[in-house]
Amino acid sequence: MISGRGHTPFAPRPLAAAGGTDTAAAKPQPAPPSSGADIFNKTAGRDLLLLGLAAIAGFVLLMAVLAWASEATGGASNDALDPVTGTVTVALSTEPPQLDSTRATDMVSGQVLGHTMEGLLRYDQFNRIVPGVAERWEIDSERAVFHLRADARWSEGSPVTAHDFAFAWRTALDPATASEYAFILYSIKNARAANIGELPLDAVGIRIPDDRTLVVELERPTAYFDKLMAFPTFFPIKESFYQATDGRYGADAEELLYNGPFAITRWVHGASLRMERNPHYWDQDRIRIQAIDHAYITSDINAVINLYKDGKIAMAGLSAETLEDALDRRWNLHRFVDGSVFYIGLNHRPERVTSNLNLRKAMQLVTDSAELVYKVIKLPGNLPGESLFPVWLKGVNGYFRQEYPAPRPVIDIDRAREHLARAKEELGYDEMPPLIFLTGDNPASNKQSEYFQEVYKSRLGLEVKIDRQIFKQRLAKMTAGDYDMVLAGWGPDYADPLTFGDLFASWNQNNRGRYANPVLDEWVAVAQSSLDPEERMQAFAAIQRILHDDVVILMNYERGSVYVRDPRLQGVVRRAVGTDPDFTNAWIEG
Amino acid sequence: MAEAALSFERVSVSRDVETISRPSLSYWQDAWVRLKANTRALVSLYIVIALGVFTLAGPLVWQVDPSAQDLDQISVAPGTDRAAVIVPRYQPWSGATARVEGPALQAQEMTAPTVSVDIVGEPTTQAVRIQWDAVPGASGYRVYRNIADPAPDDHLGLPLADILTADRVSFEDRLDLKPRYYFYSVVALDRNSMPAPVYNTVATVPTRVITAEEAVARGLADTPDALRLGDTVHLALHPFGTDYLGRDMLARLMHGARVSLFIGIVAPFVYVLIGILYGSAAGFAGGRTDQILMRFADFVVALPFLLFMILFRILFGIEGGDSGILPMMIAMAILAWPAAARLVRGQILQIREEGYVSASRLLGAKTNYLVLRHMIPNTMGVILVTLTFAVPSAIFTEAFLSFIGMGVAPPTPSWGSMCNEGIKTMLTHPHELVFPAVFISITVLAFNLLGDGLRDALDARMRSRE
Amino acid sequence: MLRYTVKRLIQGVITVWFIATATFLAMHSIPGDPLTSDKAVSEEIRKNLEAKYGLDKPLGEQYVIYLANMLQGDFGISFSQENRSVNDIIREHFPVSATLGILAIAFAGLGGILFGALTALYRNRLPDIAIMFLVILGISVPSFVFAALGQLALVNLNDLFGTSVLPVAGWGTVLHMVAPSLVLGLGTMAFLTRLMRSSMLEIVNSDYVRTANSKGLPPTRIFLKHQLRNAILPVITVLGPSIAAITTGGFVVELVFAIPGLGRYFVEAVQQSDYTVIMGTTVFYGAFLVFMVIVVDLLYGLVDPRVRLE
Repeated sequence: MISGRGHTPFAPRPLAAAGGTDTAAAKPQPAPPSSGADIFNKTAGRDLLLLGLAAIAGFVLLMAVLAWASEATGGASNDALDPVTGTVTVALSTEPPQLDSTRATDMVSGQVLGHTMEGLLRYDQFNRIVPGVAERWEIDSERAVFHLRADARWSEGSPVTAHDFAFAWRTALDPATASEYAFILYSIKNARAANIGELPLDAVGIRIPDDRTLVVELERPTAYFDKLMAFPTFFPIKESFYQATDGRYGADAEELLYNGPFAITRWVHGASLRMERNPHYWDQDRIRIQAIDHAYITSDINAVINLYKDGKIAMAGLSAETLEDALDRRWNLHRFVDGSVFYIGLNHRPERVTSNLNLRKAMQLVTDSAELVYKVIKLPGNLPGESLFPVWLKGVNGYFRQEYPAPRPVIDIDRAREHLARAKEELGYDEMPPLIFLTGDNPASNKQSEYFQEVYKSRLGLEVKIDRQIFKQRLAKMTAGDYDMVLAGWGPDYADPLTFGDLFASWNQNNRGRYANPVLDEWVAVAQSSLDPEERMQAFAAIQRILHDDVVILMNYERGSVYVRDPRLQGVVRRAVGTDPDFTNAWIEG
Repeated sequence: MAEAALSFERVSVSRDVETISRPSLSYWQDAWVRLKANTRALVSLYIVIALGVFTLAGPLVWQVDPSAQDLDQISVAPGTDRAAVIVPRYQPWSGATARVEGPALQAQEMTAPTVSVDIVGEPTTQAVRIQWDAVPGASGYRVYRNIADPAPDDHLGLPLADILTADRVSFEDRLDLKPRYYFYSVVALDRNSMPAPVYNTVATVPTRVITAEEAVARGLADTPDALRLGDTVHLALHPFGTDYLGRDMLARLMHGARVSLFIGIVAPFVYVLIGILYGSAAGFAGGRTDQILMRFADFVVALPFLLFMILFRILFGIEGGDSGILPMMIAMAILAWPAAARLVRGQILQIREEGYVSASRLLGAKTNYLVLRHMIPNTMGVILVTLTFAVPSAIFTEAFLSFIGMGVAPPTPSWGSMCNEGIKTMLTHPHELVFPAVFISITVLAFNLLGDGLRDALDARMRSRE
Repeated sequence: MLRYTVKRLIQGVITVWFIATATFLAMHSIPGDPLTSDKAVSEEIRKNLEAKYGLDKPLGEQYVIYLANMLQGDFGISFSQENRSVNDIIREHFPVSATLGILAIAFAGLGGILFGALTALYRNRLPDIAIMFLVILGISVPSFVFAALGQLALVNLNDLFGTSVLPVAGWGTVLHMVAPSLVLGLGTMAFLTRLMRSSMLEIVNSDYVRTANSKGLPPTRIFLKHQLRNAILPVITVLGPSIAAITTGGFVVELVFAIPGLGRYFVEAVQQSDYTVIMGTTVFYGAFLVFMVIVVDLLYGLVDPRVRLE
């Protein structure tokens, strides 16, 4: 205001400026609409405009410089599908921690390894076991013999030999490797003893009569040994290469050797992972795309969907909340069952109230998995949980669950209350103490634990306290038995009911509720070592019955998911066991 | 000259000059007058008071349990129709089967692959049952549901299920049914489970229903006998809609306000108090003690705040049933006090050199008197302003921690965690994001503007020009 | 000046030691441990893992080793990414966060100064009101809401143009940087705009501006040389704290926009109880912020001759 008079040097000094500044604060004075103020504003405004333009230019320049400087971290901004170069661009949900197959534990590592490596056998697009590196094999009750094909090659050109498998398996069993999945090799003779350090690694029952023959002595008859061969822990590793990486095997793209259909050509940690066709792979005819570019690594479902909307990725998983938007956009939706089963694990340690059968029965009679799936989870593909053995498992001829149906879940609040009254009597409580409900910190478990808390409160008057913990602490608490109920899930490692069936055997380390039942253990033993399909399926049916009658767990749901896929991308296989999603058979139309 | 001499005359000294014409204003009265003149600050003050009323008195007026789940009204926007018809309890449906003759064929070999679909019984939000005629040669069927007509571009919508047995020719849909148009399409699957190229669609609008037992459980009737089948009841009113578990948004906002505002107000209060004690001790002691104390404060200031908030959040190992509010406040207090301490110390050092303090000391004032009479009242203004500005940042911190999953534990609602949940549904149910976000924004803005106003009113030197 | 710098640097090093110690103590009092895993492992394997990470040694010894390694700039090996060192992780991901942060600061600083000056010039008129509306949004809306809405806006923008104008997520090219840095800088920009505005209004009434007016200096000169320059000074003082705010604010933006920065790694490491990564990043960030504050203070001494550094 005052400055506006600058061009008239002899103008009387405004009074306000002399002594009135204090009061000016409380009541701003309206600017006198003198032409001087306007001129000043115009000049200053023009100056500002110039400065603003300079600032924008500087900002853009800065951005360009930084982009140039950080070029190494660059991800692509290709379109979702490029028919010319045969490139499919998708997103990974998380970064693989490392790609050393002996130590890989997570789904994402499994997905990447499934494209870049090949075991002795593999799953085809109809989920059948077909030859991989082995062209023929024989398995009987004592041993398995694999005959390796002559044209299987590593990505640097050398042949894949039986030694590579023997080395990988022994490395996984080596106690120094500390592989979490070493147990999956335990059907090999002396594998367990070697893994816990009782026997030297040489004692493991692997023999190599020649470079192209691998003989495996079995610890016990194993009906599903062929299916294990498609699991990442059984993938080969070339010893000389492994030693040359000096403990960094699998940490980066250059520190891996590939024998699968694809090879990683660029891995920018946390940002992108690009696989290109491996020219040395033996079965070139099967592969129809040239490159799979995981150009984004994010677990944020909204970000993934937005990338799909933007035409940057060819596939995106949907959440229940985004279905309506997807339908409005008339997207091509697909659903599949991802194979995992979710349940509330109960703590069977004698000092916990959940060791009381009547309390568990009462909870089972009010746990409505249909309501959970249809009203809370709301995503088609998820099935109300009725059995630990999911619907897709094969039985003797058809599906296991069709041959041996699970006991039908019953919801009966009155009977539940009777059981609860009996439980209180047996435990000597007038009022049940609060149950500790251990959950993870992801949104899905928040939602479900809050739902169940209200279910047990409103239907049984049980007070449930939610104990939300981050992943590792939840596991620590589960191992220590510091809970009554826990939201848990189990995913299959191989396509045999045993991958679920032995979970509650008393010897199983993953039976963290310490459920111990000699009858169940016996059935597990039968299923482990019998070679007769009928006998094994009957054993699983018996286990299924016990799990229900003894209320070992409260079933929640079998997980499924809905995803959208670019209609031009065909032949992508989604599956419950094995590499998922599998692009090895995919092609781009048009 | 004499005249001039005569013109000198004794001026009558009026005592009126000395009297104070207006009542003297104390520091706080003056501040209040100035604050009142500042419209923005005043409005903000009223908003803050209103928020207090909303938080404290709200739950007394709106007595809805914030954790009660109304599974019939999940993610319902405000103002949705609530009429529902009483129906019997859900009974499992055995469905329909058909005799299948002949082996499964390839899609192109099927003579009449079109499936004719019908709705069975009354479609309700409990279940919609559909049935179709068996297709010769089919190995199974795939059922789709859409919310718009598939016809224009054969867009069948959401794949609900694959039925992989040829003799089953029915499907029951219970998935998240709402009283709106649904288009069910059925496609026959061939021998390799590949869909046949033709489909048939049936459209329906399910009626919103509720069982008598549920109605009683939701407090819509006293006994199940008071309701007859076919009666229409109105589901519970949710003025702000419901969230993803059918919980009342208004009740949750009120209880969330308790958490957010509690953390937002009490945590700064605690750490400012610690800061005052520490800062005044340092400022008063002076010399070496002052240096050591302030050096330590510098260390704590240097700890990266949010990183340590996260570390502390895990460190305190929240047990089952804990809301995690207390640990969050302790963490905030541990990390944030030095700023207040520095400020108070600076003020004390400054005031110590003021003339009136020296005068007071010369007149024989004791330390206690100096502190109580001069130091604390004169720092109160600065402290109050700091406190007001600390509230928004504490609320933001809580919201941020909720966003990365390190906030208060469920089922305790807080505005931050409600926002975080709301983001997931912002396209389909925007009200779940909008309400908590607006509450956070208004609160943060009100405290910011109030802080500005207080600063202007309390301290002439820190005053901005408006 | 030199003495002051050296003194500040020594203080900085001691502060970093304090941060390192506090982090170490905090990490080792956390219940649960990073070696627990999904598949239960046998006792032998566990012991092997403990030996690998030195967790079998007494706490005092671990602390000494930790400090010694850190002095050599070695933060150890990640627990969750077993074959990568924390140094690798910081080296690969910090530049991304830094790029984002620099852009956000640049945007906040330039935007704040320009908008602040503009609002002061056009006080209570349309530009002022429009900008203040933006400022209010920036101050009062939580950053994660902004980030999510920003991404949604990008999708709609690209939809509108029928082509990808700006990428909605990811990292790598110049275009990827625009939206995240704007979202990240918005809060700080709002804060700086307010600061700049009040500081401009104060200077309008100052003696030297009045003198310049009465001397008949051209308005452009007065505006640029006397008003703008002096009004910027208080803005520079708060840049130090702003850097801290933007660094941690980056967590949210990195999560929402799928940017491979160090902030996202930290959040993931916390969820995985990855001790070494948490300790490494915390100490690294702490040290970074300590030295940024020193740099800003020194810078301020250079810009404003009235400030004597001692």
